[in-house]
Amino acid sequence: MSVPLSATHGPQWREKLTYLAYQIRRSPLTMAGLLITLMVVAAMIFAPWLASHDPNALNLAERLAPPSSEHWFGTDEVGRDLFSRVLYGSQQSVGVGLFVAFASCFIGGLLGCFSGVIGGRFDSLTMRLMDIMLSVPSLVLIMALAAALGASLFNAMLAITLVRIPSYVRLARGQALGIRQMGYVKAAETFGAKRWHMVHWHVARNAMPPLLVQLSLDIGSAILMASALGFIGLGAQQPTAEWGAMVATGRNYILDNWWYSTFPGLAILITATGFNLLGDGVRDLLDPRQQGK
Amino acid sequence: MSTCNPVLAIDNLSLEFPAYKSSVKALNGVSLHVNPGEIVGVVGESGSGKSVTAMLSMRLLPERSYRITSGSLSMLNRDMLSAPEKDLLKIRGRDAAMIFQEPMTALNPTRRIGRQMLDVIIHHQKISASAAHAKAIALLRDMHIASPEQVLESYPFELSGGMRQRVMIALAFSCEPQLLIADEPTTALDVTVQRQVLLLLREKARQKGTAILLITHDMALVSQFCDRVYVMYTGAVVEQGLTAEVMSNPRHPYTQGLLSGLPEMVEPGQPLMTIPGQVPNLSQLPTGCTFAERCTHAMPVCAKRPVLTAIHHDEQRKSACWLPQEELS
Amino acid sequence: MNSALIYPAIDTAPEILKLTDVRVRFSVSNDWLGRPRGYAHALNGIDLQVRAGETLGIVGESGCGKSTLAQLLMGLLKPTSGAVSWANGKNGEGSSNVQIVFQDPQSSLNPRLPIWRIITEPLYARGMRSSEQMRSIAAKVAAQVGIRPEYLDRFAHQFSGGQRQRIAIARALSSDPDIIVLDEPTSALDISVQAQILNLLAELQQARNLTYILISHNVSVVRHMADRVAVMYLGQIVELGSAAQVLEQPRHPYTRLLFEAVPRLGVPLLAEQVAAPTELPGNRNLPEGCFFFERCSLSRQDCGQPQVMRGGQHQQVRCHVQD
Repeated sequence: MSVPLSATHGPQWREKLTYLAYQIRRSPLTMAGLLITLMVVAAMIFAPWLASHDPNALNLAERLAPPSSEHWFGTDEVGRDLFSRVLYGSQQSVGVGLFVAFASCFIGGLLGCFSGVIGGRFDSLTMRLMDIMLSVPSLVLIMALAAALGASLFNAMLAITLVRIPSYVRLARGQALGIRQMGYVKAAETFGAKRWHMVHWHVARNAMPPLLVQLSLDIGSAILMASALGFIGLGAQQPTAEWGAMVATGRNYILDNWWYSTFPGLAILITATGFNLLGDGVRDLLDPRQQGK
Repeated sequence: MSTCNPVLAIDNLSLEFPAYKSSVKALNGVSLHVNPGEIVGVVGESGSGKSVTAMLSMRLLPERSYRITSGSLSMLNRDMLSAPEKDLLKIRGRDAAMIFQEPMTALNPTRRIGRQMLDVIIHHQKISASAAHAKAIALLRDMHIASPEQVLESYPFELSGGMRQRVMIALAFSCEPQLLIADEPTTALDVTVQRQVLLLLREKARQKGTAILLITHDMALVSQFCDRVYVMYTGAVVEQGLTAEVMSNPRHPYTQGLLSGLPEMVEPGQPLMTIPGQVPNLSQLPTGCTFAERCTHAMPVCAKRPVLTAIHHDEQRKSACWLPQEELS
Repeated sequence: MNSALIYPAIDTAPEILKLTDVRVRFSVSNDWLGRPRGYAHALNGIDLQVRAGETLGIVGESGCGKSTLAQLLMGLLKPTSGAVSWANGKNGEGSSNVQIVFQDPQSSLNPRLPIWRIITEPLYARGMRSSEQMRSIAAKVAAQVGIRPEYLDRFAHQFSGGQRQRIAIARALSSDPDIIVLDEPTSALDISVQAQILNLLAELQQARNLTYILISHNVSVVRHMADRVAVMYLGQIVELGSAAQVLEQPRHPYTRLLFEAVPRLGVPLLAEQVAAPTELPGNRNLPEGCFFFERCSLSRQDCGQPQVMRGGQHQQVRCHVQD
């Protein structure tokens, strides 16, 4: 049933923030996701101050040292401090995750909105193209693209972005088709609104919530994909600290030097889990049925 | 009429929906009853609690989304508020049925009408498929449907809104319930169809002795259709009585306002009477009379909430207002 | 009833819109070459004039073509045949400003725009870009419909249903339209709010000399607001005339049937005619003669001939039995 909301007075932002805090408090998992995410972002920003060593400084005297008070996570085969490398690695991985999610959401969302608003041949053409992209296994497509563009973290990022676009297009188009039925879009049609006006003012704004949910869920999987590319050698190249690449190299030493692959692997696991939990929380928060409850 | 046991009796029922930092007080001491075979109307605007009352009577509100803070609700002498789910399944459909505004949502769009009707009839009456089929046809025929066979073979989307509502009424009567709750059953229909559906509903109810609780916002419809009427405002009954009396001589200022705001009450083109202001927020109800701030008769005593009191010692005719009843006419 | 009431002075006002034999049909489905398999005939020969400053009521049941007519007036549809001509149109036809107020204020206002943007959206669509100018217009129009200017930055969900409909009316007013189409403007509102909105519409019409086309199935609202009334059935106007005349002395059998079915305070429901057909005939294949023949209580043998509008200036009926 609809609950008449009182017209809110005074500082609306504070009202919204307390409401947000109330919602997050009610869900411990969202809370955990938020904490992990904040921790990872802090690690990413403050890596230069938090790191105990230069991540790329070789120290052949201390090759493959186990975790100790000097090297918390131990060292790798050329004596670099793994703790510092994992910290710096967050910049690569989370950076890629955020970029991929936002870029593909923006491009895909916009394309989907236009597709839904314009309709007709443009719509069918776009959607068939997206169907073709979706029908190829995404990891295979990413690998092919990354290999074709050349092995580098930036190219890996572009490849993942491209592959993530179709799901946003489909989502945004579905939303756009629903929103087109709303009275305010019909009203705008009667004013003779232009396409850009329609997309910018009406469709994009109202298609936003599900896109944001998809975006926050996607950050985690983009991080995983970037790591996977790093693992097979198509992502970040030496000597850049990147989690996937570190796990891959560490694999050679896994039997005698367990710490090498374990810590970057744990970093991937925790970060991806954190973003996914946060994404779930965002979905619950933006669910219209939750509003006002 | 008042000597026999009512089929539905609601006494001083209060209910709230917990919400962020507060609760929405949807019902605030509703008392109403429906006697066997009687047609009773509940009128009110949105937020008056009329639909919540109807849904709660069948226990159709999502469990745990609401909290009962006082009062009781019994249907056919059974306490509905504490009845276990198992009993509810027996009561719903067999002893009491409900029809809604949009029959499309109450029918499964992927199955033929006949299949759906047979399922309900066989489930509740434990008769053979062929007997159920014959029964379905008889029920549709009673609804003046010219070709019942054809309707049974149709999918819901193939029928018009009026036809679907007639099917729903036929289905509701299939187990000869003692009470039928109709929540805005004709709001989505055209006026000519509306009249037909109402006439069919009344004819069938009178014939089977079924009581009807009609929930609506349409004063004129109530005046044509119901024996008695309750007027609700902010989750409580503010006035009740025989329909003709309430319509011709409303006692509560809110009922008076509602009636005089109808376009047919003034000459075309003349300004309509309006009730100033708007319905108060249900999570911040005033402690006194909830209508006081919109009322032209408001006075100091209205800071206390009035209770339903009989007018001229007539237990059927009540109003919840502090004004001496003589001054209101 | 005196004659001044029945024949208001509106008859002499200038015509601003004229529809001549307007027909609209939609292709129902296409075969594999894209050729239509059949047509739905939505409007079947509408002749209608709209005069400046009047309220023209359009009454009919679902499927009668009133929403197609609204779309046509808004310029969202082109007539299949016939002419829509504007008196003050710049290039003969179609270029006029018509605004609409929809039934449901819940969905007709974008929940993510502040209301000053909503109110001035028609101006934005016509190329106005200055936020200051639009805000000042929004403030002025909002004041006229009873929305306080300090609420301009709020969003639609912060208002009640009645206030939302006021905002929708403000949006329709902001671009100074020639005609405002009111599509069931109060049927989603509560009774006490309905009265407020109807009063507001009447006040605005007086103050700004607005022209309304009121589409409604609620006969008492039409009786209250309209100067002239057109009754539609199956894409045709079956009765047209001054509101007082048509509503007090309906002559077409369909108009009578429709008005009789309207619930009235204190008039008991009579149980005759329970089994009378209430379905409209399909609009795929139009009947040969009178469209109302199947449901008509007055039908005669010669009703097989096509019906035309007959009668004088104040009441026209599409029924030769009633002539």
